Amino acid sequence: MVNHEAVNCEQVWREISNYIDGDVDAALRSTMDEHFRTCKKCASVLAGTRNMVQLYGDERMLEVPAGFSRRLEQRLEQRLEKKPARASHSRWSSWAAWLVPVAAIALIAGGVLLTNSLTHGRFIKSYHALPANNIPPDLVVVVSSGSKIFHVPGCPFIHDKVTERTTTAKQAMQEGYVPCTRCLRQYLKTSLTGHPGADDVEREEEPEEVVSTGGR
Amino acid sequence: MSEPGMVLNNSAQAGATREQELIASVQGGQHELFYELVRPYERRVYAAALAILRNEHDAEDAAQEAMLKAFANIRQFRAEARFSTWLIQITVNEALMRRRRERTVPMEGIDGHRSGRGDEDSDYTPRDFADWREIPSEALERKEVRQRLAEALGTLDRKYREVFVLRDMEHLNIQETAEALGITVASVKTRLLRARLMLRDLLAAGWEQGWFSRLPFEKGTKPW
Repeated sequence: MVNHEAVNCEQVWREISNYIDGDVDAALRSTMDEHFRTCKKCASVLAGTRNMVQLYGDERMLEVPAGFSRRLEQRLEQRLEKKPARASHSRWSSWAAWLVPVAAIALIAGGVLLTNSLTHGRFIKSYHALPANNIPPDLVVVVSSGSKIFHVPGCPFIHDKVTERTTTAKQAMQEGYVPCTRCLRQYLKTSLTGHPGADDVEREEEPEEVVSTGGR
Repeated sequence: MSEPGMVLNNSAQAGATREQELIASVQGGQHELFYELVRPYERRVYAAALAILRNEHDAEDAAQEAMLKAFANIRQFRAEARFSTWLIQITVNEALMRRRRERTVPMEGIDGHRSGRGDEDSDYTPRDFADWREIPSEALERKEVRQRLAEALGTLDRKYREVFVLRDMEHLNIQETAEALGITVASVKTRLLRARLMLRDLLAAGWEQGWFSRLPFEKGTKPW
């Protein structure tokens, strides 16, 4: 225990670290203050120790090797990327977490649209608007003002028989007429064979076999 | 017009608030913010590891591993503690564990040949009593000065060096230093006293050997 009334140099050195840290009671601090005023040796020890503590406590004393920060960041990134189950471990993986499902949805939607454009889209048209295929241009056909469809003469599906007139297939097509799917079935384009819609056309036309074969 | 001290306080307050926000964000799952959180402390973490391991490569590896452990355990951090202290304690644990495992760290240093318990408890007598003139902090701008100071620190026996680094460079308090190193408060005080007095003597000797010969002091004077 230090005698607070008078301290010698050895006692001061023993307490000088606590004194610098403010970890001595008021009485001892006062006694040591008095000692430092009269003892040049201890004043030198105090000044030097304080100065040394101040220097080492400076942020500039904490140096790291070149590239330390970059390597640390890389290692953290590697660790974060190993945990995809947890949400957004890094800026990159945060974006990736969103990009992957978005890209998957875009691919699926694109695939559906592409498939539709190659197949389903054709069936949006009316069966009565299917283009002719290798129809003889001089084939005698019947048109009427009731529709834009031309028929073989005698076809029971001719609309507005009052206005019907006879012409050639070439002329009818030039006037914007399309072949009847019943009586001119054999001249319709058949690239859609196998599609459910094509089957519908075929099924729908079965009764007309008699009609087309029975034509002039 | 605001006082400079008030500006500093406001700046420190803003920094502390930002740190609390970052901690909450990382704990909440925004893990990509972790590096921003620890970046201000990377030098302190490295210095703590180096003080214990005394090898730059090992210290860097231990510092990185400590950061990863801090990340893995970030949810366990509680706001009543200082984040920097928590981080340093993890680093010290990591470095101490490595040293125990590898047993390759040099143990000797100044006072190393008499670093037993008896010496720790005995009084240290300063060797140089020449009048001390302050070494200005501007001297730290010079790399060779920082290097000389680091070399002086490196000559201390590890038990003094570790306490000194944690207390005077990492700015942990006495209690925190004791907890980090697993020693008593009394031991921290004893070792810190010896470390400080020994370093002061080393700097005095260094001056005489010309370490600080180009420091901006008045001609013909010594810093002590």
